[in-house]
Amino acid sequence: MLELKKVNKTFFPGTINEKKALIDVNLHVETGDFITIIGGNGAGKSTLLNSIAGVFPVDTGSITIDGVELTKLPEHKRARYIGRVFQDPMMGTAAGMMIEENLAIASRRGKTPGLSWALKDADRSRFRELLKELDLGLEDRLTVRVGLLSGGQRQALTLLMAAMNQPKLLLLDEHTAALDPKTAEKVLNLTQKVISKYQLTSLMITHNMRDALRFGNRLIMMNAGRIVVDVGAEEKKKLTIPDLLQLFEKAAGEELDNDRMMLG
Amino acid sequence: MIDLIIPTTSQGLLWSMLALGVYITFRVLDFADMTVEGSFPLGAAVAVSCLVKDYNPLLAILAAALAGGLAGIVTGFLHTKLRIPSLLAGILSMIALYSVNLRIMGKANVSLLGKETAFTIVESMGLDYANGVFVVGIAATLIVCLFIYWFFGTEIGAAIRATGFNPQMIRAQGVDTNVMLLFGLFMSNALTAIAGALIAQNNGFFDVGMGVGTIVIGLASVIIGEVLFGTRSFKNSLVSVVLGSIVYRFVIATVLQMGMPPNDLKLFTSVLVAIALALPMVKSKFQARKAG
Repeated sequence: MLELKKVNKTFFPGTINEKKALIDVNLHVETGDFITIIGGNGAGKSTLLNSIAGVFPVDTGSITIDGVELTKLPEHKRARYIGRVFQDPMMGTAAGMMIEENLAIASRRGKTPGLSWALKDADRSRFRELLKELDLGLEDRLTVRVGLLSGGQRQALTLLMAAMNQPKLLLLDEHTAALDPKTAEKVLNLTQKVISKYQLTSLMITHNMRDALRFGNRLIMMNAGRIVVDVGAEEKKKLTIPDLLQLFEKAAGEELDNDRMMLG
Repeated sequence: MIDLIIPTTSQGLLWSMLALGVYITFRVLDFADMTVEGSFPLGAAVAVSCLVKDYNPLLAILAAALAGGLAGIVTGFLHTKLRIPSLLAGILSMIALYSVNLRIMGKANVSLLGKETAFTIVESMGLDYANGVFVVGIAATLIVCLFIYWFFGTEIGAAIRATGFNPQMIRAQGVDTNVMLLFGLFMSNALTAIAGALIAQNNGFFDVGMGVGTIVIGLASVIIGEVLFGTRSFKNSLVSVVLGSIVYRFVIATVLQMGMPPNDLKLFTSVLVAIALALPMVKSKFQARKAG
């Protein structure tokens, strides 16, 4: 489904700050895969997701989804295929607009906006149904501005917005990192629910090893711009956190260094 | 003073086109657009040159709107394609428009004496001139507000508003933020040009310097309106901006009546806007002190 071939990305090339963020990255993702991604500081996890989403162009290599060449497409044109949730809860929604307006925009993700009315009555009842499934009481607050919601509520809403019209690929960039543990847990469970409901192919970056093991059917670890460990479903089920650390050290030749990494 | 109420309100209504234009860039798009300083006299120049040639006033206003909109597109092009910072892009357009306006008019000051304008048409229907201006002002404001309300309720309109709030988010939803910015700048400067066209017709002349300070007048109207009449919803904001423009005219009329020299008007307006913009900061400091 998703295919990355020899993708390279270097930031600030030729300067003292030069940073090789991705080095010859190859990745093949099957339809229905739910892949968790872990790695140290500056390993290239976010760069990987942002390259796929088209936030910036990659230097060399190709990125395709179901055979469609994305490599040269600008970010907004890739949105047809890709739903995203960001680390910052502020980033995925328009704070000054109502919940229903945000959902209306998301329900048309990837389509060129036209001159028909953005909000139709039929949409409202559909939004209400969808929000009910989040179980956060948002279904009665359609006309509330999103800026008034809590971080967890905003992330749940962003998740719904990313998933509601079944993107080919869902990208989750540490989307629970800014939430308190209880809310993070809730959003993670919701993520699992949404992914199974819409049968989404997903990539999820996490700094929590337990979550990386608990969720998904495949796990990859990155280090210094490369994918150093890639574990499939069967093997992943048997893995423990010490196994994971050991795997990483063996592959990377150093200890896993992430000041936010949580082992438990 | 009482006989000033209708004319002052009319002035406020005519100028509210500008205030609505500034609202679209400054508030909706979060883009401080200086182009208005040039598109306001541009609208006046285009309208006056049409009227001098005896074209229909409505046509003159539409031509002005189109010209103003194109000026906005130029600024948008400078910003989105050539990556010139927004403030500078607007300043470049504004300065360039000074020459363009002189080109259109051929000289710095052109009179509309004896020519048919939107106001003389209404006058010929049997209203006196002052009431005619009022009627035109009401009609223009109503049409423009309804249009803006409709437009920003459409899919494109929603995408433009989202672009102002969070460009990252709307890009991730598949919308080209550059195109949305161009739409917004077109609309904002078209409205500003309509204001210029109406004001020139009301004044009876075009003057190349008539654009000086329009951005500040627009900001003052927007801020006064928001503070006094609220921003609960988009609809509420539109009404607030129009009322803000009217209140601003009353403030000006009052201080002039009280004997302030007209030459000090721009200083007065700038100070007014500076105070209004500083208010949130002062308020939070005050609250912090109270809490601490």
